[in-house]
This record gives sequence, structure tokens and C-alpha cells, in this order.
Amino acid sequence: MAQVVTAAETLEDKLTQELGFDDHFHEHHHGDKFQSNFLTTYIFSTDHKIIGRQFLITGIFWALMGAGMSIIFRLQLGFPEADMAWLQPILGKWIQVNDAGIGKLDPEFYYSLVTIHGTVLVFFVLTAGLSGTFSNLLIPLQVGARDMASPLLNAFSYWFFFLASVIMFLSLFLSTGPFSGGWTAYPPLSALPQASDGSAAGMTMWIVSMAMFIVSALLGGINYVTTVLNLRTKGMNLWRMPLTIWAFFITAILGVLSFPVLLSGVLLLMFDRSMGTSFYLSEIVVGGEILDRVGGSPILFQHLFWFLGHPEVYIIILPAMGIVSEVLSVHARKPIFGYRAMVLSILAIAFLSFIVWAHHMFMSGVNPFISNFFVVFTLIIAVPSAVKVFNWISTVYGSNFRFNAASLFALGFVSMFISGGLTGIFLGNSALDIQLHDTYFVVAHFHIVMGIAAFFGMFAGIYHWFPKMFGRFMNETLGRIHFWGTMIGAYAIFWPMHYTGMAGMPRRYYDGGASFDAFRHFTELNQFITVAAIIVFFLQIIFVINFFYSIFSGRKLRVKNPWGANTLEWTTPVQAGHGNWPGNIPTVQRWAYDYGKGGEEFIPQYIPLKEGEHDHGH
Amino acid sequence: MTALVIVICIILITIVLVQIGRVTELTAEIKGEREASKDASKWNGWLSLGFMVVFLPAVMISAWAYKNQMMGYGPHTSASEHGGALDSMFNLTLILTGIVFVLTHIALFWYAYKYRWRENRKAEFIAHDNRLEVIWTAVPAVVMTLLVVRGLDAWNTVMADVGSEEDFMEIEATGQQFNWIIRYPGPDGKLGARDFKLTTGSNQLGQDFTDSKNWDDVIPSTELYLPVGKKVRVRITAKDVLHNFDLVHFRVKMDAVPGMPTYFVFTPIKTTAEYRNELRKYPEYNEPYDPADPTGPKRWEKFEYELACAELCGKGHYSMKRIFRVVSQEEFDAWYREQKSFYLTEFRGKDGDPNKDKVLDIEVPMRAAEFSSNVKAAIESADAADNTLVLNYVWFDTGSATLKNDSKYELDNLVTALNDNPQIRIEIGGHTDDTGDPEANLQLSQQRAAAVAAYLTDRGIAAGRLRAVGYGDSKPLAPNDSDANRAKNRRTDFTITL
Repeated sequence: MAQVVTAAETLEDKLTQELGFDDHFHEHHHGDKFQSNFLTTYIFSTDHKIIGRQFLITGIFWALMGAGMSIIFRLQLGFPEADMAWLQPILGKWIQVNDAGIGKLDPEFYYSLVTIHGTVLVFFVLTAGLSGTFSNLLIPLQVGARDMASPLLNAFSYWFFFLASVIMFLSLFLSTGPFSGGWTAYPPLSALPQASDGSAAGMTMWIVSMAMFIVSALLGGINYVTTVLNLRTKGMNLWRMPLTIWAFFITAILGVLSFPVLLSGVLLLMFDRSMGTSFYLSEIVVGGEILDRVGGSPILFQHLFWFLGHPEVYIIILPAMGIVSEVLSVHARKPIFGYRAMVLSILAIAFLSFIVWAHHMFMSGVNPFISNFFVVFTLIIAVPSAVKVFNWISTVYGSNFRFNAASLFALGFVSMFISGGLTGIFLGNSALDIQLHDTYFVVAHFHIVMGIAAFFGMFAGIYHWFPKMFGRFMNETLGRIHFWGTMIGAYAIFWPMHYTGMAGMPRRYYDGGASFDAFRHFTELNQFITVAAIIVFFLQIIFVINFFYSIFSGRKLRVKNPWGANTLEWTTPVQAGHGNWPGNIPTVQRWAYDYGKGGEEFIPQYIPLKEGEHDHGH
Repeated sequence: MTALVIVICIILITIVLVQIGRVTELTAEIKGEREASKDASKWNGWLSLGFMVVFLPAVMISAWAYKNQMMGYGPHTSASEHGGALDSMFNLTLILTGIVFVLTHIALFWYAYKYRWRENRKAEFIAHDNRLEVIWTAVPAVVMTLLVVRGLDAWNTVMADVGSEEDFMEIEATGQQFNWIIRYPGPDGKLGARDFKLTTGSNQLGQDFTDSKNWDDVIPSTELYLPVGKKVRVRITAKDVLHNFDLVHFRVKMDAVPGMPTYFVFTPIKTTAEYRNELRKYPEYNEPYDPADPTGPKRWEKFEYELACAELCGKGHYSMKRIFRVVSQEEFDAWYREQKSFYLTEFRGKDGDPNKDKVLDIEVPMRAAEFSSNVKAAIESADAADNTLVLNYVWFDTGSATLKNDSKYELDNLVTALNDNPQIRIEIGGHTDDTGDPEANLQLSQQRAAAVAAYLTDRGIAAGRLRAVGYGDSKPLAPNDSDANRAKNRRTDFTITL
């Protein structure tokens, strides 16, 4: 930490000193008085960079849990006859061993695995782990702020997420099992313990965990929005913001507007469960018991759920899009193509995401006439999405494309987004949804477009900003093995599911459809998918090893700006303390994408415009 | 042991990979960063190209291999009238998205390969191109418009409810954990009212049996039949949680929602036999149905339309199967005639029957038909023991010989039988149980038999053909040891004598 700014040695230092904004940071205190020991530095930190890392590592934990669960249920689907007794030490009573010594996965627990897999991947990994990590890390660094608008709320945001994680984790050990009614938690199944064991204490803990998570998402989101709006450094007008910031900003707005609706939805569900209300229940006879509940509608919950649920998929994918735009541009050594169109398409997608929710409900009994509007708005989303894809491809065109783990994952993201996006055109058309709704076609679609694609965006971000986070590089060779294996493996897992889906095979069938003649001839395909899933899971273990190994023993970062990037985060010291810049905050003179301009390989944002130079950010 | 070997192998592979990673990193450091990234770009550029060259054909080959699973291709054609529109919609979408998929993938990976990092290259500074951007905003917009218009046209046609003038059959599907209850309207063509509060173990659907439309409703427990070419409106309901009525081959799918009936209207256009015949053409359907029995029936021979559940409903979600069989109208009518009313066969007269002491209009002709066929059988039977028939529906006021009003239609049936068979004579027998004074019982039974005879003579039957005898408790049908048996023994019967 510099106390007084010493003599300028490099152009960057000189410019920061001359043009930088002096907020008298150095006069306050040496370093951070709140970060004086290990506990306050690494655990109860209020530094956004540490909080970002906390989100990331918690996310990695849940990704491994969720992926591990998927391996267990894939084994069940691929090899329904196989002996699972070897899992008994981990799963205990959920493996029923018969007299012949053959262990079978309990159907109830199969559904718990599917449910918790979905919940934790959507919310804990791809929302908290992705948006939480990179919004925290990058928003203050890239807009040129010392920290978030409220570092304390930001820390609370992580700790509420941590609490949500602990509650969800503990629910795995309940004797009635964790919640098993699907990640969408549709009542009445989720409201009635009589209908499913998982809807007993497991569901109560699921709701409490989700409520904690929503608090976390709101605290984080409000902070991100405020920081972007109020704490941008001098010169960083909105049209000069990197696409990462645009993506995180819009994502945060989506979250702030939609998560409260989910909260109200699950609170009403809680009332139905424990206070005898009938928001979602009407005319129910369950297990021979006639319930005294009339007047509610299960459809109401679906509306409330998907009013969050659909923006939620953009909460997941927009940060990945932002990261990919940035990573592609940096490694292509070329400006992102159509910056303005990229921003406008993010805005368009975000707006549309609020008026398409009922496309999840074409077959749920809503009036078919209403579906007309949702079909129209849904398919309109294809237009801004297509613009983004064409712009990414054009960014690669004419570039000097630097292949590394980060840029490979960005390329992979584009491929996945195309593949998964195109199948969305089938599903968004209600007429086709009659056959494809709730089949494996849907499973293939959303895993590719928001599961794998978002993961690829996240991986691109991790490989790209790892040096910023930990001052070391991740191992490139392992990174490339990780990429190519995952790219091929992920397609091997999800592509064949389109075929089972077209045949009408419903999702969430414990026996893989074995009892139906129409679905039972996919045995080999299911085995193939399971084997691919196991290999891909193994490759993610390689990634995790690489990640933790590199934190401690990776190649050291010796320069501030290893990728030759323009954005402000690379102007901070390699080991930046709380406050990010030891001296003045750099000011912004140009947009973030001056790569290959006028013969210069890259021109960082703090470099003033030359005489007569046109700034593309205006 | 095997598990241990596998674990050790995985650990070894991991160690090898990590070591490769470290070694290449060291080499890179020795070679210098530029050299290393030159190598990386070369390698990965080729890999990108290689991926594209393998991936795109793999996609197409797999699509070809699985074309028989796709909507509208091979054997997987729709068996309903509306399904064809969906299948062609699918095809159109597949072609359009397929073109985009191939072109964008070629561009993405080809450019990545072509513009891979080289030391002396300079990236072009292309920030945007308004003309291009307008084109690739407009083209998807036009294509989407086409898909939306065609899609919604199909959607609104398919989802339209039946008009009041239309000829259709309404059936009802009710989902519960974990099976489907399918109800047919019976001869009146109308489904009866339900109230979930009336649900009991024996009245699964909570049918309100004060509603006469319920009396003839049929709830088949095995295969369900539908006539080909007849419009069917399925009223879809659920008892406990959400379910989904999913008939894959007919392109039918709709959630079953507790408290809110939904519907789906469709017309089957291929009988099960016709569909089987089409499947016959495909080699995969000529495999044995049961792989363990290679000489047994082939897959196409055992094909059935299957009803599934497509909305997670609990741990048995995957097992809610029912078979629908589509047949010609004649075959359907024959099957339908054989189906017995649920109410009359399973529920009538039991606890909870609101019409316990009433005769239902619907029962009078049915009982008349039953009566005349019983009489016919008795006359034809050689065995004298068969000649005695109980008048099941003849009732007297308690302790008196006054006929209840509801008994008269049964006696009218007897009048008809006697008129139809002028050659027969009958002995009317009165019987009681063993409670009370035997003398009084004997007298009462005699009076009751006489009351029946008097009714018959009033209706024009010659008194000479009738003999009224009171037996008291002397001829019990069953031991008088329970209320049910005693009720059985309190009866009026008649014995045919030629």
C-alpha cells in the first residue's frame, strides 16, 4: 500500500497521477483497519474481491454436489438393472438392498436427487456462483470504484447465501429425505406432506433456504445496481462500460425485480403448508383424506414461480454473455463487434424476459388464447439473441485469435448458445410444445443453453480473471484438456436427449421409461449418456484440482496486465488491497474495446484520446 | 476389488494429467511465452476445425440414425387428426434452425481456425457495420414471423374447444397417485356431476349419485377403447396433485389440475391395428417384443397406444400407464355395450348410496330385461331346482302385507312373463326370517303371497294359474345368523310349474 504517491515510473502511473481522481484514499488509514487478521481478511471480509472468491468457492462446492447427484441418477437411468449396493455407505437407507444383495436406488430419493440437483445448480451455482462471483469481483474493479456501494450489505449477501447453503445441505440428512417435488416446487405436491415424503420437513427447509437465498440475491443485486449507477469513476459513462458491467447491471435489475415475486410465491406456499390457507389448494383428496381446502389455484403458484423463473434463466445467462463478450474481444485482439447492438440486445432480452413467463405453462391448463401473446414475445427473443450470436462470430472474424482456456470456453459458449437457443425456437412455439413439453427435449434444451453455456461462460471468466483473483495463472494445458473434453462430452450427454424427447419420452422417469413400450428402446442411448456424464464429471474434478493447486502453486503473475486488456481491473496492483488502487482512481478516457486500433494492439481505457480520435463509446 | 482398481486407475490418470500440465507449463516457460502461444494457437486452431469437421457430420448422422424417433418421420407419425399440422410445423422449424445451426457453426469454428493467432498478424479494427447488423436483425425477425404465424394457426385450431353443434364423445380422465381413472359417459352420453367431498374408498371419483347422469357412467379398469374418426373431448381432472394427460402418439398433452378441470379435443385417425401394420415396415419393430423370447411376438404385433403422466406427481410418477385401443365404430359399440355401469354394479345399495330405497328410472327397463331372460332360462332349464326365482325387488311395509309402491314394476314384469308364456303356472311363495313368533310369521308370509297373487289377478292373470303359499321361516336361503342373511331370507319367490 502506497502512503504517498511516489514518482511516476510508467505511463500508467503517470497518467493515474495526472488524470486520476484523487479521493484522498491514502489519507484515511493504512490499508484496512477492518482487515487486520486472518479472520477479518479472508472470512468476514467486506472487500468485494474476497467476497467474490467466497461466492466462487461455495459455488464450486455446490457444483460438485449437484454434479455428483446427477451421476447417481444418471447411473439409475443408464443402468437401471445395476447393483447400487456400493453406494450404501454414502446413501444409507436410500439404497434398498434386496435378498439377492442387489441394491436399488429408492424412487423417492431419486426424485430428491433430481430436485436438489436442479435447485442448487440453478440458484447456488449459476446464480450465486456465477453472477455473485463476477459481479462482486468485476463491478468495482471495472467501473473504477474502491468497493461496492455498501460493503457491509455485500458481506451480508454472501453470509445469507452461506446460511441458505447450510440449510439446504442439512436437509439432505432428514429421515424423510430432502425435497423431492422438482426444482419448480409446484403445489399441491410441494404443499402436501401426505403426497410425498420430501414435501414434509425437506420442503420446509427448502423454503427457508430459498428465502435466505432470495435475501442474499436482493442484498447483492441492490448493491450491484447502486454501485454501477453511483460509483463509476470519472469519464466512465454508461456507453463506455465494458459489456461485463452492462450484463451484471441488467442482471441485478432483473434479480431485484423478480426475486421478490418468488419470495411471495414461496411464502404463500408456506402458509398453505403450515397455516391451513388455500392459496394453491382446491378440491383435494390425497391418500383417501378429503382436505378442507377450496378456492385456491395451483396455477397461481406457477405464474408467481415463472415470473421469477423466466427472468432467472437470463439472470444466469446474461453474466455469461457479458463475460464471453469481454473474453472473446480481449483474446481476439479486436473490438467486440457491434457494441451498441450488444448493449441494446441485452436490454431487449431483459425487457422481454418479463413478459414470456407463461411459455413454461402452455400445457398447464391456462387459457390457450393467452398463450398466443406468450408465443409472440418468446419468439421475438430469438431476434436479439441472434444478433448477439452474429456479433460474437463477427468478433472472431478478422481477429488475431489467441487460443487459451479462457477464449476456448468463450468459443464453446457461443456454440452451446447457438445449439440450445435454436431448440428454444421449437419449444417457444406452443403448437410444438404440445408434443415436446416436459420431455427430454426440454432437458436437452435448457441444459445446453443455460446449463452448459452458463458454465462455459463461468469457466471462461475463471480462467481469464484467475490471475486477478489469486495473482497466479491456472495451468493452461489442464485447462485445454478440460475444455475439449467438456465440449465434446457435454454434447455427447445432451445431444442424444433431443431424440428421446422427440419420441415424447417424459422427464423425471425413475425407470427411464422402461414400463412404456414407446420409451423403452433407448437403453443403449441412456447408457451412452451416462458414460459421457461420468467422463465429463471426471474432467470437472481435473478443473477443481487445477483451481486449488493453482491458487497455491500456479505460475505467478508478474505483470499487472497479462492479457493486454483495456479494462480498469488490470490497472490495480497484482496484490491489490481493500480499496483496489493504492493511489488515485484511474479516470476513463475512452470505451473498453480499442483493440488493434490505429496500429496499437490495445489502448487501455485510461489512455486519453489522441487529437481528433473518435471514441466509439459515444 | 474392482472398485478399488477403478479408484486407483482414476487417481493415476489424474496424477498423469496433472503432471502433463506441469511439464508443458515448464516447457512453455523455457520456450518463452510467444513460442508457447504460437504452438497453442496452431494446435487449438486445428482442433477447432477438427471439432467442426467431426461434430457437424456426427450431428447429421445421429439425426439420420434416430430419424424414426422424430415427429412426422418414419413410424413416429401422428395418429390423430391435428397431429399432422404439428408434425409439419416441427419439420419446418427443424429445417430452418438446421440451416442456421450448420452455417453459424461453420463460421464460428472456421473463423477461429483461420484467424488463429500468428506473430505478425494484426487484427482488423472492425467495431460495427450497420448494414450487416440491420440484415441480421431483419432476417431472423422475418423467419420468426413465419414460424409464429404458422405455429399460432396450428395452436388455435388444435386447442379450440368443441362447438355445441358438433358430434363428439366426452370422456373424463382423472389423475391420482399413481394411476389414471378414465370415465365414459355411458348410454346417455353425459358425464355425471362430481363433488370431491363425496369421495370414499368405493366412490373414488366422488360422483354425486343423486345426479341421474352418473347412473350409467362407466369406469373401465382394463384397456380403454376409442372409435376411430370420432372426435373425443377429454375432460382432464386431478384428485391430489398435478398430473399430465399425455398421449404421445396422438400429440395430446394437458395438465390435470386439482380443482380446475382442463380439456383436450382430438380425433384418432388410425386404429391400433392400422398403426401396427405401419410399424411392420420398420426393421426395429420386427425385433422380438421380449428379447428373452426370440420366437415370441414381434414388437409391432404388441404395439399399443399408451397414456402416460408428464407432470411430476411423486415417487410413482413414472408408472401411470394405461392402454388406449382405437378400433372401428362397430367394435367400439360392441365393447361399449359390454361395459357395466360403475354405479349399478359396484355402488348400488351399498353404504353411501343416496338412492338406497328408491327405484331408479334407469333400473326399470334393465330389470325387466333381466327378469324376462331369467324366466326364459328357468323354463328352458331341465333342472327343477332352477325353476324357483326370487322376486328381488318386491317389498312390503314392515310387519304388514301391503305392497310397497316400488314393488309394482317388478310384479308388472311378472305379469308380462306370464302373458308371454301362457303355458306356465306359478306358485308364489312367501318367506320370513326366524325372528318373532313362528305362527305370526307363517300367517304374514301367507298374506304376502296372497297380496302378490291378488296384484297379478288384478292385472288380468287367470287366478287358476296362480297358487299362493306362505312358508314362514321354514325355507331359509341361508342360516339366520346375521342381518344380511336374515334380509336374504325375507323374500317372495315364485316357482314355475308347467
